[in-house]
Amino acid sequence: MDLQPGTFAFEAWTARYALWRGLWATITTSSFSIVFATLAGLIFGVALTYGWWPLRLLVRLYVDFMRGMPVLVLILFTYYGLALFQVNVAPYWAGVFALAGFATAHVAENLRGAVQSVPAGQMEAAKAIGLSFPKRLWYVIVPQAIRRMLPPWVNTCLEIVKGTTLLSVIGVVELLLATQQVIARNYMVIDFYLLACGIYLVVNFCIAQIGAALERRFSYIRY
Amino acid sequence: MIQYYFDWSVIWRNADRFAYALGLGLSLAVISLFIGSVIGIACAMARVYGARWLSWPVWLYVEFIRNTPLLLLVFFVYFGLPELDISYLDKTQSFILTLSLYAGAYMTEVFRAGLASIPKSYTEAAKAIGLRPWQRQRYVVLPVMFRITLPAFSNNLISLFKDTSLAAAIAIPELTFVARQINANTFRVMESWLAASALYLVTCYVIASALRRLERRYAAIR
Repeated sequence: MDLQPGTFAFEAWTARYALWRGLWATITTSSFSIVFATLAGLIFGVALTYGWWPLRLLVRLYVDFMRGMPVLVLILFTYYGLALFQVNVAPYWAGVFALAGFATAHVAENLRGAVQSVPAGQMEAAKAIGLSFPKRLWYVIVPQAIRRMLPPWVNTCLEIVKGTTLLSVIGVVELLLATQQVIARNYMVIDFYLLACGIYLVVNFCIAQIGAALERRFSYIRY
Repeated sequence: MIQYYFDWSVIWRNADRFAYALGLGLSLAVISLFIGSVIGIACAMARVYGARWLSWPVWLYVEFIRNTPLLLLVFFVYFGLPELDISYLDKTQSFILTLSLYAGAYMTEVFRAGLASIPKSYTEAAKAIGLRPWQRQRYVVLPVMFRITLPAFSNNLISLFKDTSLAAAIAIPELTFVARQINANTFRVMESWLAASALYLVTCYVIASALRRLERRYAAIR
C-alpha cells in the first residue's frame, strides 16, 4: 500500500496516536463513570426502595432532578460550579463526576424498579426464616432482581459512552475532540467523522455483547 | 468555603433571552419529533411489512443512529454536508435535520413495537368486513398503534427537548447557550446555571404531566 500524503489512509496513520489517546480518554472516562455510578446507584437504589421516608424523599428529589436535566447542562454546571467553590479539578474529573452523578440516578431508578418487581412473598418468606435485612437483600432479592436490572444497566452504560462526547465541550480531549483536532489539520471532515462513528459503533457493540453475556450468565432465574 | 452572594438581577435582565431560548428549544424538539415520526412510520412499515431489501437498510439506519453519540451526528451533519456541496442549510436547519434523523431511528423502534403489539385478530376482522389493505392500515391498525405508542411519544419528546441542549455546540441560541453566555459575561455562575436547570426541569415536568393527561384521555383500548 502506498501512503501518499493527502489520502485518508496516510492521514489516519499520521493521526493514529492522537486518535488512540482520544479513544483511551473515552474508555477511561466511561469506565470511571460506570463504576462510580453503579456503586452509588446501588446504594441510592436501596435507599429509594427501603429507606426511611425522609431519606427516600431526598433520594427521590435527587433522582428526579438528575433525570429532568440535559447531561450537557449538568456537565457545564459541575465544571463551572466546582471552580466556584475553589475545588480545583481538571475538566476530566469534573466530567466524570457529572456523568457519574447523572448515571447514578438512572441506576438507582432501575434498581428500584427491579427490586419492586420481585414478588413481595419472597421478602416475607426470607423474613419468616429469620434472615437479617442485608442477608435478605443479598441472598434473596438481589439474585432475582439482577436479571431485570441488567438490560437497563447495559443501556445506561451505552448512554455513558455516548455521553462522554459531551466532555469535549469542557475541553477533555476524548475521541470526538481528538477527531475534531485531526480534522482541523487536514480538512477531511467526512472521512474522519465516519471513522469516529465506526469506533463508537465498535465500542458500543462490545458493551452490548458483554451485556448479552452477563444476561445469559444470570438467566438462571425465571418467574 | 467561600462566600457566594446571589444576584438574581442578571437573570431578570436577561429574562427575554431565556424566554426566547426556551421557545426555540421547544420548537426544535417538536419539529424534530414531528419529522422523526413521519420517518419512523415509514421505516417501521418497511421493517414490518417490507421485503428483505427494504427492511435491512432500515435496520442499518436504526442501529447506526442509536449507537453513535448525538453530538457526533450534529457535527457530522453541520460540518460534513457542506463538503458534499450541500451548503444551503443554516445551523438551525442542519440541527433540525440531525435531530429529526435521530428521532426517526428511535420512533422507528417505537412504532415497530407498536405494530407488533396489535393483536392479529384486528387485521383479520378488518379483512373480514372487506377493507382494502390501505384501509386496514388507515382505519384499524394506525389508530390503535398511535394509542399504544402515546407514552413512548411523550418520553421521546422529553428526551428530545433535553437533547436540544446540544444545539449550543453549534451556537444556536437555546437555553444552554444563553446560560453559558451569561455565565461567561457576568461570572454569575450559580444564577445562570440554576436558572437554566430550573427551566429545563419545569418544562420537562409540564410536558410530562400534560401528555399524561392526554394519555389518560386516549388510553389504549384493551
